Amino acid sequence: MRVIGRRLLLYVVTAWVAISVNFVIPRLMPGNPIQTMIGKLTNQVTPQEIAAIRSAFGVGLSQNWWTQYWHYLDQLAHGNLGVSITLSTPVTTVLGNAIPWTLGLIGVATLVSFVLGTVSGALLGWTRGSFFDNLIPVATFFQAVPYFFLGTVAFLIFSNHLGWFPGQGAYSLTLSPGFDWTYIASVLRYGELPAFTIILSSIAGWMLGMRNMMITTVGEDYVLMAVAKGLPRRRVIWHAARNAVLPSIANLSLAIGLVVSGALLVELVFNYPGVGDLLFHAVANEDYPLIQGIFLVITLCVLAANFLADLVYFALDPRTRTPAAV
Amino acid sequence: MKRLRLPRSPKVIVGLAIELFFLVLTVIGPWIAPYDPSYNGFVQNLPPSAKHWLGTTALGEDIFSQLLNGARATIVVAVVAGLVATMIAMVVGISAGYLGGRADDGLSMLSNVFLAIPGLPLLIVLDSYLPQADRSNSLVLGLVIALTGWAWGARVLRAQTMSLRNRDFVEASRIIGESRLRIMAVEIAPNLLPILASSLLFTILYSIGAYVTLAYIGLTSTSVWNWGTMMFWAQANNAPLVNQWYWFVPPGVCIALVGAGLALINFGIDEFINPRLRDAGLTSKMMRRAGLSRRVRLGVTPVLRPTASPRRSRGVLSAPGAPR
Repeated sequence: MRVIGRRLLLYVVTAWVAISVNFVIPRLMPGNPIQTMIGKLTNQVTPQEIAAIRSAFGVGLSQNWWTQYWHYLDQLAHGNLGVSITLSTPVTTVLGNAIPWTLGLIGVATLVSFVLGTVSGALLGWTRGSFFDNLIPVATFFQAVPYFFLGTVAFLIFSNHLGWFPGQGAYSLTLSPGFDWTYIASVLRYGELPAFTIILSSIAGWMLGMRNMMITTVGEDYVLMAVAKGLPRRRVIWHAARNAVLPSIANLSLAIGLVVSGALLVELVFNYPGVGDLLFHAVANEDYPLIQGIFLVITLCVLAANFLADLVYFALDPRTRTPAAV
Repeated sequence: MKRLRLPRSPKVIVGLAIELFFLVLTVIGPWIAPYDPSYNGFVQNLPPSAKHWLGTTALGEDIFSQLLNGARATIVVAVVAGLVATMIAMVVGISAGYLGGRADDGLSMLSNVFLAIPGLPLLIVLDSYLPQADRSNSLVLGLVIALTGWAWGARVLRAQTMSLRNRDFVEASRIIGESRLRIMAVEIAPNLLPILASSLLFTILYSIGAYVTLAYIGLTSTSVWNWGTMMFWAQANNAPLVNQWYWFVPPGVCIALVGAGLALINFGIDEFINPRLRDAGLTSKMMRRAGLSRRVRLGVTPVLRPTASPRRSRGVLSAPGAPR
């Protein structure tokens, strides 16, 4: 329990850092981009909206930072992330529409990639030196390719050229969203290629990590013992893999951030209506409230996923439950 | 003189060759480019030809010239970011591991926080507030990327430092009264060299990805050519939709090659650190020559040992406990 408490503390501190970064960066950066933004906006939005932006970013305010900071936290506590400049909609509403798509796509793809990568890594580690070792350089190459590039190529070949998959977007535009089977089937069909891209890009990391751990584990005495006892091969692999997988799960919480970062760009390639696409829109239009809102929400989601991964780790590794554990 | 015992695995050699090639390109790329990468007076959307090896863009620029020019910015930013991040990681990691106690708690918390915050969104927030002038500055971009990429290295270095701090040679230097700074810099740091190297490669790999990604979403100055900017323009002009593969595939392949090269070298370093992984670099032919079956024998993990005979400097596999 103490261990879980420590991890929770870490995530709370991290969330606080992320929240504070959002507050401090606009106020610290040279050249005052917010002032420039307000100058550009003067004729497009109402004075109230400008006043809201001023108070959110601390431009031309007489209050000191401390007061501004409390005001900012207060707004945040009430779920107010400001108003998107280009969309003239509250950031929370914009994000609320985008998050389910991202969670569905990236969540499923990451889970599948982790499971597939770990299983194949375990088998690779067991059959080391065999023909399958040739997979490693291939996997390394895919690991080094930026996600968005792989997405572009996959789109060009499989969707544009061969026509195996539908085009861009998240569902066929001829359908109207609803809870009927044709719509859901369309969503699944449109999600295949983006998900495949994310899996292909991220699987190498899990595979190589698991393989290296497995090689070390196979050298342990208890594995030799299991073979000597005459256990069937499948059981022996299971014995070794169970222990080799622990570092992979411990690393899961660290890797989620990286995978999510890369996967966001896959949405961009496929015009998928998730957070990544929104982020690109916000960056292209210098929509600062939206950029900050997205940063905050992604960070909080990643932290939540990290905590879940940690809980799984604690459930699996009895060493973390003994009082002596650090 | 002591010979550096780098594993002569084909992976490492291939990796080194790739990196050398791109390093040379970084230096001479802009000189050997046939045209000015920003000159847009050519016929638009030309497919590859003898005059334009990779065709022209929708704006009438020569793609091959952009590719050659793009190497410099991409690699300079990545190396700056990698070096700075590794320096931060070294200072934080070694201090946390050696000092322990409160200092360790604070520094570990710091690096864990940076590990937990997803890098790319943080990078985008930081970068979107940079003035335009700084977005073309390789040094500034390198520093910003380093700020988001040092934490992993710090964590690994801390763990290794903790395993070193109670070794006899460190105890001895403590007893003869060496200062903490000297122990960390002179006694501990040199022993972390392989891990530092691995961490440097890993960070450079991360930095290439980060920089190219920033350029791809349009957050670096478009006046500096790099491989990400090329893909930004290709995407903006719908090159994938109209089958202009020669526009966006070459920069992507270059990025992947540089990245794969770094990863291959890293394999070599991993094998250097962990002897159990070492024979993984041998081809099956080499293993057969060493008289070892390709099947894994349980409990007797083969370890590569250099033999006394100078003629077979590649080393021979011998299994501990196996009949010689």
